[in-house]
Amino acid sequence: MTVITHHIPDHILAAYAAGNLPHAFAIVVASHVSLCDECRVALEAHQTVGGAVMEGADSVAVSNALKDNLFAQLDEPFTPQPVFERKGVYPGPVVEALKGKEPRWKKLGMGVRQDILAANDQGSVRLLYIPPGQAVPDHGHNGLELTLVLQGSFSDQTGRFGTGDVEVATEDLDHTPIADEGEPCICLAATDAPLRFNAWVPRLLQPIFRI
Amino acid sequence: MLMLELDISPTKQALPAAVKRKQKRVSEHKMEISQQTRWMLAVRDRRDKKAFSELFDFYAPRLKGFVNRSGVSSQQAEEIVQEVMLTIWRKAEMFDPHRAQVSAWIYQIARNRQIDMMRKENRPVPEELSIEQSDEPDVGQVVALEQETEKLRQALENLNEEQKTMIEKAYLGELTHQEISTQTGLPMGTVKSRIRLGLERLRHELKGLR
Repeated sequence: MTVITHHIPDHILAAYAAGNLPHAFAIVVASHVSLCDECRVALEAHQTVGGAVMEGADSVAVSNALKDNLFAQLDEPFTPQPVFERKGVYPGPVVEALKGKEPRWKKLGMGVRQDILAANDQGSVRLLYIPPGQAVPDHGHNGLELTLVLQGSFSDQTGRFGTGDVEVATEDLDHTPIADEGEPCICLAATDAPLRFNAWVPRLLQPIFRI
Repeated sequence: MLMLELDISPTKQALPAAVKRKQKRVSEHKMEISQQTRWMLAVRDRRDKKAFSELFDFYAPRLKGFVNRSGVSSQQAEEIVQEVMLTIWRKAEMFDPHRAQVSAWIYQIARNRQIDMMRKENRPVPEELSIEQSDEPDVGQVVALEQETEKLRQALENLNEEQKTMIEKAYLGELTHQEISTQTGLPMGTVKSRIRLGLERLRHELKGLR
């Protein structure tokens, strides 16, 4: 078990707790918290503040019908929401995004594969499979990018990222992550840049020697 | 009723010195778990509808007031409140008073339900940690967490209006991550130490089950 040394920044955890983080990033945060007790504690601390704010809100009377409706439903049978458990290297939230199935890898060239889990106008989140020693393709993040390592590790100018670690990259970080030797590196990467398939291909066709 | 009003001696767990000192001071008084937590435990352990009714009367109007502030219609607010209260009843077994004060637990459910309903998408949530519900609560830990939460609430009250508004906006989900400042001026560290102890306790128990 590797020790997690790169965590989710506090303001991102707070936005997640409040439910105001784009879906793509929320999947990364929920996945990291599944693996990291330190961030689980920090998240629950934010929920404690949220609870205090909620409790301090001015009360507004609810209708009588509401309580009656509610109590009428208490004994009714119901189907619990499905619970997605960890499967191999994939944390529950990733398994949920995969709808319980195996990833459907698409080749990007040079042994790199991806599976786009979700994409909308607010961003996208994908699984990446990078063979040892291979560079992570450039994916043009205009804003924020969160990359969670699920297997293996990668290194770039800012350091080494092992299983469970999250790299937080903003647009001013020009980095070239390279998968370390050993196991292939599997990452969950979310970005708020629109999908730019074109940007992937040309960069992949030219091997990157720069580190 | 559960016998939750107890005199207890300081726990023998290894605690940070500061926490130990605090606990000693606390244990000189009678330690009592809050009414809200007792209602929630009665719902969790005995499916007690009377306790659930009390819980409803306490939280539903607060929840509605809170949800109203996020700009939804009164009817939508009622729908959300009903859904949240139903989720509390149905997921009560997940409530762990050693890690979450009732309002914190409800807040998290409320945010999830509101997002699921408004955006018509399931919000990604972390893997849940199952708990042993037959367990008698560790009164010292539960009360200590409640006291830290109360201090947090008071600190919130004492903030200036501008800070208070920012925090309310942040936790109502009205600020983006870029807009959220982590300099809240709130004593988050002590709450975190308490939650960490609750989580360690749970991890220890889960280990014992295997």
